[in-house]
Amino acid sequence: MPDIELRDVWKEFVKHGRRVEALQAIDFVVERNEFAAILGPSGCGKSTLLNLVAGFDRPTRGQVLVGGEPVTGPSPRRAVVFQEPALFPWYTVVDNITYGPKTLGMDPARYRPKVQALLEQVGLVGFERHYPAELSGGMKQRVGLARVLVLEPQVLLMDEPFGSLDAQTRSLMHELLLAVWERHHQTVLFITHDIEEALLLADSVSVMTARPGRIKKRLAVELPRPRTVEMTTSPVFNALKREVLALIREESLRAAAERGA
Amino acid sequence: MARRVPWFVVLPLALLALWHVAVARQWTPPGIIPAPAQVAESWATWIFGPPGRSLSPYSGTWLANVLYSARRVTQGFLLAAAVGIPLGLFIGWNRLVASLVDPSIQLFRPVPITAWLPFSIAVFGIYDASALFLIGLGAFYPIVVNTTHGVRDTNLLLLRAARMLGAGTATILRTVVFPSALPAIFTGLRLGIGVAWTAVIVAEMIAVKSGLGYVLWDAYYVGRMDICVATMISVGLLGFLSDRLLYGLSRVVLRWRLLEAHA
Repeated sequence: MPDIELRDVWKEFVKHGRRVEALQAIDFVVERNEFAAILGPSGCGKSTLLNLVAGFDRPTRGQVLVGGEPVTGPSPRRAVVFQEPALFPWYTVVDNITYGPKTLGMDPARYRPKVQALLEQVGLVGFERHYPAELSGGMKQRVGLARVLVLEPQVLLMDEPFGSLDAQTRSLMHELLLAVWERHHQTVLFITHDIEEALLLADSVSVMTARPGRIKKRLAVELPRPRTVEMTTSPVFNALKREVLALIREESLRAAAERGA
Repeated sequence: MARRVPWFVVLPLALLALWHVAVARQWTPPGIIPAPAQVAESWATWIFGPPGRSLSPYSGTWLANVLYSARRVTQGFLLAAAVGIPLGLFIGWNRLVASLVDPSIQLFRPVPITAWLPFSIAVFGIYDASALFLIGLGAFYPIVVNTTHGVRDTNLLLLRAARMLGAGTATILRTVVFPSALPAIFTGLRLGIGVAWTAVIVAEMIAVKSGLGYVLWDAYYVGRMDICVATMISVGLLGFLSDRLLYGLSRVVLRWRLLEAHA
């Protein structure tokens, strides 16, 4: 059974009194333990898609299923890492990470060892008592990752989580996420507009069209695991990258032609 | 070196000097405005003089009156905060509560606290309750309005994050909305304590028979302008002190925010 399943999903918004079609006839599946990336230009509706799976928003038409059950609202089983870290600025690092377990009434004896292990995995040991304002952008995102991993969610939803980081930090975060994923093998839905990021991290890359958003093509990324940042120079990687670039170019030409017409 | 100059004392000292010169040179009508030295002397007797009527009816009664006023301000202010903060949270959070309560608050808010005096005395009599009502009402408005605005400014992303982490409405109000609104709440509290000092003087001038406001009005009636001026400065200093206390408290409570500003 797939972990995430979208069946003929449509989403419309009303913006400034006008109807905007954000998503059109989306059929999309993420298998258990699959790392799935959705790649698309900004404004293509890929964040809208993630919000539907997260339960922040409802589809206009169609069905969104996670673990075979329809999504009716946000849940700790569908954890989100946002583009902005969205940490609680009044809580320290450790209080941000334990927010979920405490809210869910988990036993401290159960989550404390996990918190400690996660702090080590994401390299935040020594920063437990720091406030978010004292952390760099990359560290904030690592807290954002740790606070959802501690809940051991069924699926992990990541909405351009490294989009606002500089190139160097982003590369470090890729290595960290790959290492973390090797440990947990969580089902991941990863939204991005960065081709290399999508190919490096994911098992499958689905390319979205410009608005109204549709899934144009789904590519399998046949790179061995565990992956390293060095793989971005391999022939297989480059062939995939060419293919994706061609798809995107085709798509932007089509969009430009439609706009011109 | 320029940083060591305590600039904040320059203007008060200049005003004090001007006041002294104006009285000494009789630029003001003689016998109405007392000289600074005379105010200082009367104030000293008021504070340190032996109680009883040996020197003046005010001798040694300053502290007692300060305590009367400070107690009323504290009680009225706490009452206003206890009602204003939760109400502001609900108005800011819930649209139904907002449309139910907010228009009435906005309708009553422009009524000056002085206009409530006759009503307050008629209902509560010449007792403490009257003063507490006026102080509480005056301080309530800035607290409730600022709390409401603080709540409405809560970052949507943080609300989503909290929901995604399993928080229900009560938990979200306590752990996200309230801390997020705290800076605005403190603004409301600081404005509120200022209004509370205004209201206590008004209330004590008419509605009760003790405290600095009562002394002020009484001294005016018996022509003791020196005591009036000493009272005015006392109220100013107490208001300043209470604001500093709140500001200091906000620096401790909002420590996470100070780090943000200097990060």
